[in-house]
Amino acid sequence: MIGRPSPRAQRGQWIFLAALVVVGWLLVTMLGENLDRRHMSFGFGFLEKPAHFDIPFHLLSWTPFDTYGKALIVSFLNTLLVAAMSVVTATVLGVLVGIMRLSVNWLVRNLALAFIEFVRNTPQLIQIVFWYFAVLQALPSPRQSLVFPGGILLNIRGLYVPDLIMTAHGSLLAWIALLLLVATPFAWRLPLGGARVGAKALILPVIAIGLFLAGVDKVDVPEMKGFNIAGGTQVPPELAALWAGLSIYSAAFIAEIVRGSIEAIPKGQSEAARSLGLKGSHRLFLIVLPQALRIMVPQMTSQYLNIIKSSTLGAVVAYPEVFQIFAGTVMNQSGKEVETILVVMAIFLSISLLTSAFMNWYNRRVAMVGGR
Amino acid sequence: MTVDAAAQRSTGRPSGGKAGGMMPGGAQAALHRVGGWLRANLFSSPSNTILTLVVVALAAVSLPPFFEWAVAKATIAGTTKSACTGDGACWTFIKVRFPLFFYGHYPPEETWRVNLAGLLLVAFSIPVIRETTRRRGRWLILLLTLYPVLAGILLIGGIPGLPFVDTSQWGGLMLDVLIAFLVVEGALPLGILLALGRRSRLPIIRLVSTGFIELWRGVPLLTVISMSAIMVPLFLPEGFSIDRLVRALIALILFNAAYMAETIRGGLQGVPAGQEEAAYSLGLGWWKVQAFVTVPQAIRNVLPGIVNNIVDLFKDTTLVTIIGLSDLLGTVMQALKDPAWLGLAKEGYVFAMVAFFICCFVMSTYARRVERRLTRHRH
Repeated sequence: MIGRPSPRAQRGQWIFLAALVVVGWLLVTMLGENLDRRHMSFGFGFLEKPAHFDIPFHLLSWTPFDTYGKALIVSFLNTLLVAAMSVVTATVLGVLVGIMRLSVNWLVRNLALAFIEFVRNTPQLIQIVFWYFAVLQALPSPRQSLVFPGGILLNIRGLYVPDLIMTAHGSLLAWIALLLLVATPFAWRLPLGGARVGAKALILPVIAIGLFLAGVDKVDVPEMKGFNIAGGTQVPPELAALWAGLSIYSAAFIAEIVRGSIEAIPKGQSEAARSLGLKGSHRLFLIVLPQALRIMVPQMTSQYLNIIKSSTLGAVVAYPEVFQIFAGTVMNQSGKEVETILVVMAIFLSISLLTSAFMNWYNRRVAMVGGR
Repeated sequence: MTVDAAAQRSTGRPSGGKAGGMMPGGAQAALHRVGGWLRANLFSSPSNTILTLVVVALAAVSLPPFFEWAVAKATIAGTTKSACTGDGACWTFIKVRFPLFFYGHYPPEETWRVNLAGLLLVAFSIPVIRETTRRRGRWLILLLTLYPVLAGILLIGGIPGLPFVDTSQWGGLMLDVLIAFLVVEGALPLGILLALGRRSRLPIIRLVSTGFIELWRGVPLLTVISMSAIMVPLFLPEGFSIDRLVRALIALILFNAAYMAETIRGGLQGVPAGQEEAAYSLGLGWWKVQAFVTVPQAIRNVLPGIVNNIVDLFKDTTLVTIIGLSDLLGTVMQALKDPAWLGLAKEGYVFAMVAFFICCFVMSTYARRVERRLTRHRH
């Protein structure tokens, strides 16, 4: 790559562009002809037509008389729900396994290694199918539910967890609590009399927990009543299987990211901290992890994007997420094959592109001064 | 690893001391070393001891029931489900359905052709994998050009001595391997071109390559496969129809080429600029510089990454189940619906997982070994 590209290369790229345009035009005309022959038309008017099918699990209200457009929103919320749940559990589990991998204890270290190797080297789809058909579908009927501590029940109809019934002002208090939680890391960096607020900001989450608990009226614990289970919130088996499949698979990758980033921090950092008299956990949490976090963030983001994209695998266990509902049921019913698949792809593509734009901005902000 | 071998590694000295004559002393020293290893690795501090005990307790609770299910109380004899009387796993199911899981619906009397194609694949791969082979690049090109022709003739047939076998009869693990091979075959060259395109100085080429890569990396594979299954026929002139397997292949190739391109781009960035400059100063043109100087070095630098990409795409071949092809997962799911063999989901999926684990673990171990060697060379 010395100097400027030659005139021939410059001409070549225009020829390439022209060829692309011609091929694209040919494809589009072919598509138009084929659609005409099948008496189909291209357009998004179908979004306003009633859906006439049921979505078994929904966060917003849903009736079969709602439109296809609403089906898109309802199913997309289901995708976001399972993705959000999996991001949390995968991160917790992944960080735990990643730190186990660095343990001085031989057994702990190798247990973590075995977990990572097995999970990473088997297909995610088989894992999800395994959780659904081999584990959750093999569970006992509600009468013989497995009982876990904390009032959690597990049976063939899914996972039943206690529900919190809020008082009249409960939801307002919960929102304030959430705001305080979000504000904590920002408060941490605020200046305070020459220094930073720092660890004093931890009082905010404590207040948040207090506010939240103040809003709880009573706890509704699931119980066997007659032939059914009353009370609590039900997590359907489809959601539980997909949740388990996404969390465990990503946890193995996150564990490797955590291990790699911690190992990437020069030993001198930890040694210097030791010579200053910091003890083990302080060295990890005050010196090593904050630096490792900067290396971790971009890789973790791409893992989180993978979780959202992999949530489409829920189609195989019939979890009503956006691919299964919109590019499945809606496509079959409305016959709008091209439009539905394009809409689903566009949704995922915009999530990816927005996230990478945000990450580029974030990386520029936190990049180490004078760093790599 | 035995405890003794590990002790040897941790102390850095061979265990056993001087051979012969000093048995009691040697044994004592070995015992001492084992004790030392245990103390250093399992009981170095109170918290460490607690961790060890917790892990041992967990193992004591979970391993015996698993062993009982998988081995002690399992059945493998017989040919029907009624043979499975124990409480454990019914491996009879796997044994009876093994040809289906491995060859799909390939005619039973012709399966030797699949075996031979598999053996040939190993034979062609060995020189490419071995690090001591001279001119590995040429062997790689042979693997990617001559082998598919031979395997294609073997598997499809249609010549005297080899009866024709339709692709719809292909299935099982063989189909996964086959799809993975063909996807590498397509995605590797396309990925190289895209990586070069993304680094090009020509703005149109760069824009098109970058757009292509980001498009496929931004959407889930399942949407790409289903798009290809639905939309490819709509893009073809009337009268043309295209095999379902080929449609899945197109999707997998486009998708994986984008990921390959990003891996290879990483390798291209690692090739010193002087290499390219020197090649230009010898009077070589752009294509020759890339083909003989830049790309070979880039590929060598990121070989572990490419192998990891191959592991990922091999795992992803299971997604063709969703569009109705019967790969290993597909055949297992079919076999589980057989009324004569109901309720064996655990056995079926555990088998499928283990089969994939073996293949993928071998590949990722190889990738890690190459990576260690590469980093050693660089330092």
